[in-house]
Amino acid sequence: MLTGASVKNIDMSVQVGALTLQNPVMPASGTFAEGLARVFDLNDLGAFVTKTITHEKRQGNALPRVAETAEGMLNSIGIPSKGLDAFLADVLPFYAPLCPPLIVSISAPTADGFARLARDVSLPGVAAIEANISCPNLEADGRAFAVSPETTAQVVAKLRYATSLPLWVKLSPNTTDIAAVARAAESEGADAVVVANTILGMAIDTETFKPRLGNVMGGLSGAAVKPIILRMTYQVARAVKIPVIGCGGIGNAEDAVEYLLAGAAAVQVGTATFLHPAVMPEIIAGLRDFCARRGFARLSDLSGALREPAEVAVGENAA
Amino acid sequence: MTIVQPRKAIFPRPVAEQALAVLANDPVNDDYKHLVLQAGQPFTQAQPGQFFHLLCPSGDGLAAPYFRRPMSCYRADPQAGRLEFLYKLAGRGTRALGGLHAGDSLNVLGPLGKGFRLHPDWRHILVLGRGVGLATLAPLAEAACASGMRITAILSARRHDLVMSAERFAAAGADVLPVHDDDGSSAPENLHQILEGLVQAGNAPDAVFSCGSNRLLRLLQDYGRRHGIPGQVAVEQQMACGLGMCFCCVRPFGDAAAPEHRRVCWDGPVFDMQETHEC
Ligand SMILES: Cc1cc2nc3c(=O)[nH]c(=O)nc-3n(C[C@H](O)[C@H](O)[C@H](O)COP(=O)(O)O)c2cc1C
Ligand code: FES
Repeated sequence: MLTGASVKNIDMSVQVGALTLQNPVMPASGTFAEGLARVFDLNDLGAFVTKTITHEKRQGNALPRVAETAEGMLNSIGIPSKGLDAFLADVLPFYAPLCPPLIVSISAPTADGFARLARDVSLPGVAAIEANISCPNLEADGRAFAVSPETTAQVVAKLRYATSLPLWVKLSPNTTDIAAVARAAESEGADAVVVANTILGMAIDTETFKPRLGNVMGGLSGAAVKPIILRMTYQVARAVKIPVIGCGGIGNAEDAVEYLLAGAAAVQVGTATFLHPAVMPEIIAGLRDFCARRGFARLSDLSGALREPAEVAVGENAA
Repeated sequence: MTIVQPRKAIFPRPVAEQALAVLANDPVNDDYKHLVLQAGQPFTQAQPGQFFHLLCPSGDGLAAPYFRRPMSCYRADPQAGRLEFLYKLAGRGTRALGGLHAGDSLNVLGPLGKGFRLHPDWRHILVLGRGVGLATLAPLAEAACASGMRITAILSARRHDLVMSAERFAAAGADVLPVHDDDGSSAPENLHQILEGLVQAGNAPDAVFSCGSNRLLRLLQDYGRRHGIPGQVAVEQQMACGLGMCFCCVRPFGDAAAPEHRRVCWDGPVFDMQETHEC
């Protein structure tokens, strides 16, 4: 503990498996692009996470692709991807001169497709792979890999075999027992889990009677989802030993602190960047101030520092 | 444990987010309002065709819209330290903007996107716009005037009293031709005749510019193709991030059979006219 804490001397670094990040704040996949370099110094971030890529070219979904909701948004961007070759030629070189480690988010319609892509992006300059397993599994009637522990175990096992890079598995909140899914990922060799992707939702235009998204349904993100994803982060952090990265509705340093206290080792920020593009460096500065104010010499000491009431039957329905 | 020390920034950072003071927000006519903000750099460095992303306030008992709203720049004046917008009271965002008063503040992000490009060899340009689209074309006319170009400005509106900014185009030395729906002068056939008249009179423009409307785009594409005249058009699309991150603002461009999806906020909002598809 610090006495007379100095903002400068706080150790902001965090450990995510074998990776050391200079601070715990990184973008969420699909909510970051080179354009942010116009707004702040990208070297300030803890890490970079790319938009999910696929092996083949994909167009993405029909328009409209986003809709605003109460304190949140729905998206059905899909995964427009220029394919692996364009990624290697255009995107990777952009990150080469930058310091924070690059995490490449990947997706595929089959477990073997995931493995192949993981192998192909295991390249110098890539620090870790984030498997976005919330996408439809063509071998399971299009249900997402991440809905069940079994399909999660299958895809993670193949991924683990395909790459020696740190493997992060991004879970979906659209499942009944996310802790069981996280355990399946851990037991098949995941180095970290990201909690979580978007919550499936819908909005309807009452003038036209049409869905507000071209794809009818889409993923809810932003402030509205924070209590749900925070709860899931807490449940997952209690269920696994590997690091948990919290992601859902984080818009300021307090939100990030909540996730750390719930057990996250690091956090990802998505939708908030659309509203305030400099929000990530602001959160980093805010976390530093928080540590100084509360006398934490090391930010990582916040992780899991939740003070729980003596008797809580975790997993029981509180309502 | 060692941490690599971050190096100095290696990118220019000409985009800023800041709360700017509202100097005025007055009605121009029944449909339009004119918003004037006090602004410094980089806001006043905006180029014609660039836009800003506005965080609209709550108002009228309505919650603030969650997304920012893109708004094309009507005037960026570094000397006066002012940034101006001309907008139509349409949806939730612009109605919220309508409630702003002098002394309030508005959170502004920008300048964003790629604006119009003026080739130094051009001597005469034509702008053809309608309604609030003219707000986007007015700064272009002024930039062209400053580069010594001649300007023909065809300003279209529903009624003659709704023609926007005619004085600004005139002050830029433009040949102003107002057309409206009232007397049928804004009909495509009449516009076609005006455009062909320029060619016949040996006064063909070196480039044409437009904004928004599909009908005007189609007309100018045809004109450009027949006479080998290049053109640029500013397009609109729903946006969330405004900085090329989310891919919600894509439109098809180029080859009709195999179009390429480009981001309006990042690759545009100004595009080559012939590559632009109607939406
Ligand atoms: C426009 C948009 C695009 C997204 N694209 C991806 C993606 O390609 N891959 C992915 O794993 N998650 C994607 N996500 C989900 C985010 O990474 C994140 O998990 C989610 O938005 C919750 O975080 P937030 O509330 O901070 O936005 C996307 C989210 C949004 C809003
Ligand atoms: S608005 Fe997000 S990419 Fe254009």
